[in-house]
Amino acid sequence: MERAWLPWNRLRQLGVMGLNERNADFILPYNSRRNFPLVDNKLLTKALAVEAGIAVPELFGVVEMVHQIETLEALLAPHDDFVIKPAHGAGGEGILVITGRHRGRYRKANGVLADEEDVGHHVSNILGGLYSLAGRPDKALIEYRVKFDPIFENISFQGVPDIRILVFRGIPVMAMIRLPTRLSDGRANLHQGAIGVGIDLASGRTFSGVWHDRPIDQHPDTGGNLAGRIIPYWDEILAMTAQCHNFSGLGFIGVDIVLDEHFGPMMLEMNARPGLTIQLANQMRQNVALFY
Amino acid sequence: MRGLHVKLLALLLIVIGVSLCWFKVTRLGLPLMPAEKAEVWTVEARIEFKAPKDAAIKVRFYIPRQPDGFTVVDESFVSGHYGLTTEDDGLNRAAEWAVREVNGHQVLYYRINLSRDPSIQSAPSQANTAPPVFVPQLQEALASAAKGLIGDVLKKSADARTFVRELLVRLNAQSPDPNVLLLRQGVVNDEDWVRLISDLLAMANVSSRPAQVLVLQDGMNHGALKPWLEIFDGRLWVSLDPWTGEPGLPQGGVLWHIGNDSVLNVSGAKNAKVEFSVSRRAQDRTLVAEERARKMGSRLMEYSLFSLPVSVQNVYRVLLMVPIGAFLIVVLRNVVGLKTFGTFMPILISLAFRETELIWGMVLFCVLVFLGLIIRFYLEYLKLLLVPRLASVLIIVIILMAFISVVSHKLGFDRGLSVALFPMVILAMTIERMSLLWEEMGPAEAMAQGFGSLMVAALGYLCMSSQWLEHLIFVFPELLLVVLAMTLLLGRYTGYRLTELWRFRSALRS
Repeated sequence: MERAWLPWNRLRQLGVMGLNERNADFILPYNSRRNFPLVDNKLLTKALAVEAGIAVPELFGVVEMVHQIETLEALLAPHDDFVIKPAHGAGGEGILVITGRHRGRYRKANGVLADEEDVGHHVSNILGGLYSLAGRPDKALIEYRVKFDPIFENISFQGVPDIRILVFRGIPVMAMIRLPTRLSDGRANLHQGAIGVGIDLASGRTFSGVWHDRPIDQHPDTGGNLAGRIIPYWDEILAMTAQCHNFSGLGFIGVDIVLDEHFGPMMLEMNARPGLTIQLANQMRQNVALFY
Repeated sequence: MRGLHVKLLALLLIVIGVSLCWFKVTRLGLPLMPAEKAEVWTVEARIEFKAPKDAAIKVRFYIPRQPDGFTVVDESFVSGHYGLTTEDDGLNRAAEWAVREVNGHQVLYYRINLSRDPSIQSAPSQANTAPPVFVPQLQEALASAAKGLIGDVLKKSADARTFVRELLVRLNAQSPDPNVLLLRQGVVNDEDWVRLISDLLAMANVSSRPAQVLVLQDGMNHGALKPWLEIFDGRLWVSLDPWTGEPGLPQGGVLWHIGNDSVLNVSGAKNAKVEFSVSRRAQDRTLVAEERARKMGSRLMEYSLFSLPVSVQNVYRVLLMVPIGAFLIVVLRNVVGLKTFGTFMPILISLAFRETELIWGMVLFCVLVFLGLIIRFYLEYLKLLLVPRLASVLIIVIILMAFISVVSHKLGFDRGLSVALFPMVILAMTIERMSLLWEEMGPAEAMAQGFGSLMVAALGYLCMSSQWLEHLIFVFPELLLVVLAMTLLLGRYTGYRLTELWRFRSALRS
């Protein structure tokens, strides 16, 4: 094929999908608005996933009213470590990870200590709708903190790396693993500075990554090599994502999977408006698959 | 399939919008440019007469029908306690004032505003069939002189027009023959001359009729109508210069009246006379067209925005610009790929800029957001609930606005007063979002999006304050259908955004 010179023709040739195309040709036709709440509400997603037999992080409790914040301490008492997140959060915002306790205070993922009041304020922000779409009042979920598989030890800076798989009508078409960095503050969100590393769908082997839309070979904080790692339980993961399509009824989704040391792959959440950087992480190798 | 549907819908909207607009431009003469001025001539006829004691007066005054090359913008009669009727017999229009009892010196006015418009053709007069020719009874000597002259001229002419031209050459000759001299003797004024020519034409079996023409001259006072001539060339009545034989009306001439009778007839009074004064001024073409369309009884203009009260019109002048701003946002977000705080926030800010003017608006906006952010960071420390915190920011924004107004007024910058026009809820939300972004993505991203929004607002202001666009949309609101069509088309745009070319640059390089 002759190489196109105009940048947009060249991108078209490479099969890169733009935001407008994603919205108009994939999200609007394949993702029925009716099914959005199933993935936007993580509480609902979790319930449906459990029903479908998909492994998810255990739910410790839900805070629905500001009044309940007073009893938060009792609710958290049985757990040393946990994650608090908004039911309607987007882009990994509003997630508080507590890794342990220290003299009656909570240790956050970045090592900073937080007291009862800080945690309570965070929960009240969630309930007030600070992190939810359109600022609607929300619920706060308290759930099991995933202890990530040591295979990611030297290519992740704090936080939990997760695997994003793009599923089009039940078929995984692209995958990447998102690695938190110092910049992303332990969050596996590419916009906040996490690294995306493409995964070969057939073998589950990683190849080079992308950081801030630029190619990268080593983790900027740990120096670990990004390429050539085999993701364990790969076939299991792919099977899980296909199931996610079944119960969500959405044709074009991003499924987020985490690998737990003890429980193996668990489905964290689904996204009905998956981002586009996954294409860069895959260096356009598998984009052809997206052309129906 | 859906794409085709949208395209057809857009096409339909564009066709409707453009054809309505085209109709208004070509038929109603609405201008596409805001500053277009039309030449408007105000002609005033002053009728004066002296009424005997307690006389019943009837004044009949001919007024123009639809003059060629002009449009009648409006017409008015100043008639005091006279009863007024107008009539149109298909050839002439006349105004009739009547009163039962009146005393002394009387003045009536007739005023007409004419706007030059070459596209206007007068309605063809009904008398297009060959009229009968009445051969006039002349004195014997004159009759024989006329016969001699006509005989000569007939030999050298082919039809009515060439006959008239040749006749006038003879009559105007420097060294006239005796026949011509004899005929010219009886001519004292212009009316006599026209009558003479008319008589000669009648003897040659050419129908003609006298006419009166007003030649528009700026600053004319105490002017009078000029006699003119119309001949029937076998098919149509054509106007002719009775001195040179040139067809048509004089430059800037308005055909006032056709026929033998005098323009003004006053029964029951003496010393009646009419004087014309003419003045020219430039007037907004839009107003001229609108007045005219209303006179024409055009439904389209009857239901136009011009029919609203002026204060409401001014509101719509602003409101109708919002779609332009919205379209700009669509382009900037979906084609260029800029990020802004809130979808339409920049438009509301640019609406505020309309009042504050750009530079001041931007300065005030920056000052408000800056002060608001400082206070917002302090509120963050207090750990407030979301809605009370938003409300606090809103209250503080309003206090800041009041404060800025007072301080700038004391310092003598009256511009600072216009800060009150900023949409404060939008400002409060902007401050809140900006501070969140600041915390989550760092100051660089927050500043980038803040300035991005400000730039979009400035751009929106530049578009929305364009005199030309404002005029265009207000006069042709149907163009909003075109804007809607383009927005719909962009709604199915699946191409890349400009910023995506940058985002995917690593793919491009490979």
